[in-house]
Amino acid sequence: MSQTVTKNKYETTIGLEIHVELLTNSKMFCGCKVEFGGEENTRVCPVCLGMPGSLPVANKKAIEYTIKAGLALDCDIASFTQFHRKNYFYPDMPKDYQISQFDKPFCLDGHLDVDTEGRHRKIRINRVHLEEDTGKMLHQSKTGRIADASYSLVDFNRAGTPLMEIVTEPDIETPGEARAFMQKLRRLVLSLGVSDCNMEEGSMRCDANVSLRIKGEKELGVKTEVKNMNSFRALQRALEYEVLRQEKLLNEGERVLQETRHWDADKNITTTLRSKEEAHDYRYLTDPDLVPMEIPDEWIEEIRNTLPELPNARKERFISEYELSDYDAGLLSATQVIGDYFESVLKIFNKPKTVANWIMGDLSMHLNAEGKEMEESPIKPKSLAGLLELIDKGTISGKMAKDIFQEMYETGGDADTIVKEKGISQISDESSLLAIIEEVIEANESSIEDFKSGKQQVVGFLVGQVMKATKGQANPQVVNKLLKEALAKH
Amino acid sequence: MDITKFSAGDAVKQIKNKEISVLELTDSYLNRIKEVDDRVKAFIQVDAEGARARARELDGSTVNELGGGLPIAIKDNINLIGAPTTCASKILKNYRPVYNAHVIEKLIRGDAVFIGKTNLDEFAMGSSTENSSFGPTHNPWDIERVPGGSSGGSAAAIAAREALWAIGSDTGGSIRQPAAFCGVVGLKPTYGLVSRYGLVAFASSLDQIGPITKTVDDSALLLSIIAGHDRRDSTSLDYEIPDYLANPNSNLSDLKVGLPIELFSESFDEGVKVSVKKAIEILEKKGAKIEETSLSSIEYALSTYYIIAPAEASSNLSRYDGVRYGFRSNDNSDIIEMYKDSRSGGFGQEVKRRIMLGTYALSAGYYDAYYGKAQKVRTMIIEDFKSAFSKYDVLISPTTPTTAFKKGEKTSDPLQMYLSDICTIPANLAGIPAISIPCGLSDNLPVGLQIMADHYGEATLFKVAKELEEEIGFSDIPEL
Repeated sequence: MSQTVTKNKYETTIGLEIHVELLTNSKMFCGCKVEFGGEENTRVCPVCLGMPGSLPVANKKAIEYTIKAGLALDCDIASFTQFHRKNYFYPDMPKDYQISQFDKPFCLDGHLDVDTEGRHRKIRINRVHLEEDTGKMLHQSKTGRIADASYSLVDFNRAGTPLMEIVTEPDIETPGEARAFMQKLRRLVLSLGVSDCNMEEGSMRCDANVSLRIKGEKELGVKTEVKNMNSFRALQRALEYEVLRQEKLLNEGERVLQETRHWDADKNITTTLRSKEEAHDYRYLTDPDLVPMEIPDEWIEEIRNTLPELPNARKERFISEYELSDYDAGLLSATQVIGDYFESVLKIFNKPKTVANWIMGDLSMHLNAEGKEMEESPIKPKSLAGLLELIDKGTISGKMAKDIFQEMYETGGDADTIVKEKGISQISDESSLLAIIEEVIEANESSIEDFKSGKQQVVGFLVGQVMKATKGQANPQVVNKLLKEALAKH
Repeated sequence: MDITKFSAGDAVKQIKNKEISVLELTDSYLNRIKEVDDRVKAFIQVDAEGARARARELDGSTVNELGGGLPIAIKDNINLIGAPTTCASKILKNYRPVYNAHVIEKLIRGDAVFIGKTNLDEFAMGSSTENSSFGPTHNPWDIERVPGGSSGGSAAAIAAREALWAIGSDTGGSIRQPAAFCGVVGLKPTYGLVSRYGLVAFASSLDQIGPITKTVDDSALLLSIIAGHDRRDSTSLDYEIPDYLANPNSNLSDLKVGLPIELFSESFDEGVKVSVKKAIEILEKKGAKIEETSLSSIEYALSTYYIIAPAEASSNLSRYDGVRYGFRSNDNSDIIEMYKDSRSGGFGQEVKRRIMLGTYALSAGYYDAYYGKAQKVRTMIIEDFKSAFSKYDVLISPTTPTTAFKKGEKTSDPLQMYLSDICTIPANLAGIPAISIPCGLSDNLPVGLQIMADHYGEATLFKVAKELEEEIGFSDIPEL
C-alpha cells in the first residue's frame, strides 16, 4: 500500500500527550472523593464548583504520585515548581480557568524505551506535570452529541480530579510505535499503582501531534493534533488514517493545515475540530492562590524508595530467574498485581512454568469472562498453590483439577476442602485398584486373547472401563500399568 | 446616653456588667440605621430580624468577652450564609453563598451580631463606592462627597455610627482610603494574616481582609478575633497571633520613623500636608527619631499595581459566566453569545475596563512587556521596603493625597481616580501591614495618616497609632 510510498518519500513524526487520572482519595484541590461515575453533581463542593471566594489547596498525594511517575520515566524532578492558571471559557470548567503547570512542571527530561517492529526505540519524555480535570458535558439528545442537542447539562463530579499529563518529544515514527509506547506506558503506570489507566472510562487519554516531512529534511512538517482516541486500537487506526491523509495532501501538492482533528471511530476518519486561528490564547499566569513549592531532595528520595520493581526489570528477572519465555515473562510482569500473584504462588509451589500456565490459562480465562481484574480473583495465590500441590502429589488428576478449579472460583473454597468434601480424590492405591481391574477383566474375558495376540488398543478400552467403574477417580497412569501386568499374567 | 458612641471596649464592659443588653445595643444601631441610612446608604442589606434574634440568643447566655455581642457590618464581598453576597454587582445580585467565610466563622465563634452587608465598588474595584450597581454611598461628613472605596459602605457605617465596627477588604487601599475619608481607623493586616477563604477574589495576591473601627484599640481587638491560620487558604500564614491587646510600653523614644519622600508629593492637598506634619511633630516630641528616606521603586507602584491587579482579576472574574450561578442572559442562540451577553450585561463599566486591561496584559506577545515586568518591579518594591525596615520601625505618610472628593468628580477620569490610592498601594504590593488613623480635619473633612510596618508588625502599628490617637485627640463625629 502507500506505506511503501511513505517509507520512500516521507518520514512521520508523532508526539503524544497523555492524560492520566490519579487514583488519590480526594480531588486535586479540595476534599471531594475521586470516583468514576455516580449520581451527577454529588461529589462537589464550593472549591471544585468554583463558587465565589473558594480557594484551592494542593493535594500532596497527587504531587507524590506525579513525582513517582517522573522517577519511573527517568525524569529530573524540579526542586522549585509552581501551578499556573490556563484561562479559557468552557462550561465544563467551573472557574473558566484550569489550574495546571506551565514553565515549572514537576518532572522534566525523561525517556521510555520500547522494543517494537523489530527495533529498539528510545522515546524521550519532555515533561510530566499535574493539573485538574474538568467536569463532563451531558448533551441532551438521543445521540448524546452536541450537534443534535437543544441544551446541555454539566456533571461536575469529575471536576478537580488530579490529572497527570505526560508529554513526549516528537520521537515516535510510526502508528504502531505509538501504540506500543502507550501500551508500555500503561503497564508502567499501572505497576506504580497511581492510576487504574482505564482508557474506556477515560482515566487514561491520549492526544497525538502528527506531521510528515520529506526524508532528510530538518524542519518538521505542519502538524495536526488528533484527539478522541479511546483505545490502543483507535490510537493506531487514527494515526494510520491521519498519516495517509497528510501524505495524500502532500502528494497532491496541497498544504497540511495546522489544526485540531477529531477521530471518529464509527466512520474511521479524522475531521476538523478547530483551526489554528480558533486556537485559544491561554493567558497563563502563576496561580496566586497557590504558593510556589520547593521539593526537598529527601522527599524525592523517599518517593524513589517506594518505587516498585519496574515492569522491565521484573520481566528480565522472570526470564533469568524462572526460565520463562519472553512472552510469558512479559504477561506476568504486565502489572504489579499479576507479578505479585505469580510470585506469591511460587513461594508455596515452586514450579514456575506450571504456575505461569495456570495463571495465564484457566485463571485469566475465568477473570476475562467476567471482566474482572487480577486483584478481584476469588482464588487467592495460596489456594492456587494448594491445588497445584494436589496435582503434583498425584492426589488428583489434571482433569479433576480443572473441575475443582471451577468450584474454587465459584465458592472461593480451598482445593483440599473440596476434594475431601466431595470424596473426589484420585485412587492410586494399587491394592484397591487391582480388585476393580480383576472385575473388569473378568467381565471382558475376550480381551485377554486380544491382548496376547498383540491388539494393544484393548488396553485403552479396559482403562476406560476402570475409570467408569471408579467414577473417574482412578489414577489413569497407575491403572494402565496394573492392567498390562494383569493381562500378561492371565 | 447615646450608646452608639461606645467603643468596642466600652460596650464589652457594659454588656459584661449587665448595664446594657446585647439587644439594646443592637437596637440602638438598627435605629440609627433607620434614622440616617437613607442619607448615607452604607448598607446594601440590613438584617434587623436576624440581628435581633441573635442578640436575644446571646443575652440568654454568657457572651464571649473578647468582643462578643457587638453589632458588626460586613462588606458585601464576604460570604455570610443567610444573606446574598452581591459584590455590588448585577451579576451576583441574587447569589446566595452556601458557606461562611473563614472570618465569619471566627466572628460567629466570637459571638458577633451581624447587622448587615455594606456597599462597595463593584467587586471592590474603585476608590469612591460610586461603582456600585446599587447606587453610591455618601460620606457622612458631607453627603455631597464620596466615602472613598472600595470599602466605602463599611467606613461610612462606622463614621455614621450605624455599626459598632466593620469588616472591609483592602487590595490597593480599599480599607485605609475610605477610613481616611470617613475619619475612622482602618487596618490592612500583613498579607496572609487573615484567611481569604470566603472573600470574593479581586486580585488574590493583594487582597486582604481587615477591621474598620472607631478606635485603635477596637482595631486590635477585632484583628485578634479574625486573624489566624486557615488550612483552606494556601496563602494563610501559619503564625502564632500575638496578644495585640497587651498594653505596650508607650515609650516612643527609641522609635525610628522613616518618611518616604515619594509619598509626600508637593501636589498633595495643603490641609492633608498640614495635619500629617502636626502628627509627625507629636512623635518627634515624644522622642521618636524622624528621618526622610527614599524608596525609589515605589514611584512605579501605581503602574505595577494596575498591571498585576487587573491581570489577576481578569482570571478571577472569568467564573461569572452565567453557567452555574448569577446573572444569565437568556434567549441566546449559543453558549458564546450567552457568555458575552451575560458578562456584558452583568458587569459594570469599571469592572469591564479592568478585565480588559488584565486580559491584554496577559496576552501572548505582551506578557513579558507587561505582566512579566510588573512582577519584577514588584520584587524591587519588596526589596526597597525590606531595606527601609532594616533602618526604621515604621514608615509614615498621608493615607491619601486629598480629603474626600465630590461625587462624580473623578468618575469620568479613571487615572485621576486611580491616583487617590497612590500612598496605599505600595503596602499591598509588599504584603506589609498598614493602618490609617484620623489625624485632623481640613475644611471639616477628616485627614488620614498612614503608618506602615514590616511583615507581622501589627503590634508596632497599634502601639504607634495609639500614642498618636491619644495625643491628637480626634473625637469629632459628623453631624447628620
